[in-house]
Amino acid sequence: MDISIVGILMLDGMTNGAIYALLGLATVLVFAVTRVIFIPQGEFVAYGALTLAIFQTGQIPGTVWLLLLMAVLASLLDVRQTWLHTHNAPKALKAGMVTLLVPAVMSALSIWAAPRQFPLLVQALLTVGVVTSFGPLVYRLAYQSLADASSLVLLIVSVGVHFAMTGLGLLFFGAEGFRNPSFWDERFSLGAVTLTGQNLIIGGVSLALIGLLWQFFEHTLYGKALRATAVNRLGARLMGISSHTAGQSTFAMAALIGALSGLLIGPTTTVFYDSGFLIGLKGFVAAVIGGLASYPAAAIGALFVGLVESFGSFWASSFKEVIVFTMILPILLWRSMSGGHSEEH
Amino acid sequence: MKTIKTLIATAVAVLAAGAAQADITIGVSLPLTGPASGLGIPANNQIKLWPTTIAGEKVRVIVLDDATDPTNGVKNAKRFVTDEKVDIIMGSVATPVAIPMAGVAAEAETVQLSFSPAVLPAGKDGWTFRMPQSNAVMAHAMIGLMKKQGVKTVGFLGYTDAYGESWLKDFTAEAEKNGIKVVAAERFARSDTSVTAQALKLVAANPDAMLIVASGSGAAMPHMAVVERGYKGKIYQTHAAASRDLMRVGGKAVEGAYVVSGPAVIAEQLPDSHPSKKVAISFVQQYEKAYGVGSRNQFAGHAYDAMLVMEKIVPMALKKAKPGTKEFRAALRDAMETMGRTVVAHGVVNWTKDDHWGYTPETGVMLKVVNGDWKVE
Repeated sequence: MDISIVGILMLDGMTNGAIYALLGLATVLVFAVTRVIFIPQGEFVAYGALTLAIFQTGQIPGTVWLLLLMAVLASLLDVRQTWLHTHNAPKALKAGMVTLLVPAVMSALSIWAAPRQFPLLVQALLTVGVVTSFGPLVYRLAYQSLADASSLVLLIVSVGVHFAMTGLGLLFFGAEGFRNPSFWDERFSLGAVTLTGQNLIIGGVSLALIGLLWQFFEHTLYGKALRATAVNRLGARLMGISSHTAGQSTFAMAALIGALSGLLIGPTTTVFYDSGFLIGLKGFVAAVIGGLASYPAAAIGALFVGLVESFGSFWASSFKEVIVFTMILPILLWRSMSGGHSEEH
Repeated sequence: MKTIKTLIATAVAVLAAGAAQADITIGVSLPLTGPASGLGIPANNQIKLWPTTIAGEKVRVIVLDDATDPTNGVKNAKRFVTDEKVDIIMGSVATPVAIPMAGVAAEAETVQLSFSPAVLPAGKDGWTFRMPQSNAVMAHAMIGLMKKQGVKTVGFLGYTDAYGESWLKDFTAEAEKNGIKVVAAERFARSDTSVTAQALKLVAANPDAMLIVASGSGAAMPHMAVVERGYKGKIYQTHAAASRDLMRVGGKAVEGAYVVSGPAVIAEQLPDSHPSKKVAISFVQQYEKAYGVGSRNQFAGHAYDAMLVMEKIVPMALKKAKPGTKEFRAALRDAMETMGRTVVAHGVVNWTKDDHWGYTPETGVMLKVVNGDWKVE
């Protein structure tokens, strides 16, 4: 092993690590605000990559129809709930329309745009729009009515959502994988290490997103409201922050991060309908390293997971996953030994 | 699931009604739903094209859906032997389903024609015969070409699952006989986001050729990673990668790859000297006439071959016993083991008492990817 191999492995590890960092952040975010351990985070990655792949073939992705269906269901639920609360028909209808609006617009736009074969960037934007719209709907349908249940119940729901989304993925995208075209084909040589445009985009987008998230939570009222919900749900509600809205916007952000991650890795690997799970799980390992609470620790943990994976594949490729997932054990041990653990909720 | 099963059973019953008191009963378990439905549905399509008589005897075919679930496969097999009193069991196309079905077949002393390369422990496959080729037979064809090209060292990059491992084992054994050495072996999983590290290590070992063991579109990513790391040698792929998904995902990077394949799907391109050429062409023509141009696939081919085999063994067994009896089932097995060299669409089979895999080394064909299409090497 010489310096050039180390360089290539580092680059490979950091590139994957950047994706894991994004997913780790999303996992921490969702857990902090809603106490949901969001296992299906990876599914958004696969949905993102594959929806773009289907747009590329000029067809309407199955995810668009799923989005419409889920939006209709969620909107019916909202109508019913508002009606039961207020017995005011216009108000109930309005609540339903609000839920339906964004997904319906996204679907209509997709159906209109799909056969027109727009440039890659436009399709990518459309994909982000479609997949992001899934976030609030998933929360509305699967979690909202259970928002006060224990973490364990929410975890079990997550497992169910994961299986449902993977199964639907198989239905929509088929068993074979896709590889998306690169957003930027440029290559830069730094000695033995070749930096591709896609590497730079992955690094850049990850950094930018992390920066944006930080800005959002530190400097906007909305972000502070989410943080308040994360710290104390009841207290936040007493201050007039709707925990349902907080949950839905958190899931929208998680879906957005997932969709972007999907677009980022789509050109570097072949994505299958079930690829998301393992990617999401590695993001989860990163989030656990951060104690499911700290964003910077999760990001650093993710880079660590990426590097371990890369070097692990080099030294003992048959045991790569074993190495990555066994790593979580000493970390959990260390975290529980080092105390500082507060009983939540 | 249940409704589908009932529907299929009813459909078959209606079809069979014309042939009341059918003489030969065939029970087929296929994954018509579930993850392996992409394999089971084409096989079922071919079954619909089967003749209604074999050697003058009427045939009753029962197709049941196993939903890619081993439990359902076993249930179907049990129903075949107890309720339907079948003379022969066929299926499943999914290996995990076919394996436990073999137990039922052996217990009931009924021949099972598995449409998947089910690996069974020694002594457990007394009544099970496989329609697909074994990896060893495919490795034989591959190593034949490697020898011709003067390849001495090979790097292995394969799935970290049963498919990868069995290829490594069979390939290494065959290679050593021919003076070819496997100098490095690396593994990856289909869902991996990157195989850069493995590719680095393999390219550093600088073998004459690289063998990639993966399936369908999953075979493109490792191939591209090896090319990306500047590997200039020959790259070989296995028969699981012999589908157009390899070119669809791999594009220019897989140009020049050598892929081993069964003969059925490339019927027209086979050299005239290949024994299967005629059979393969008639399979492809029959199937594509019914289901459209380009619809050919290896799984329908297994169903086609199963009927060819039936047409050979049934007359042999009829001489000894009447259908529906234990003696007839035993006679079918004896016929399978003594039928000798038989040409089918997927190659040349020759099952014997000790070899229930059957394919002879003349089966495999080497293809090269040229301009995004297959060319026979």
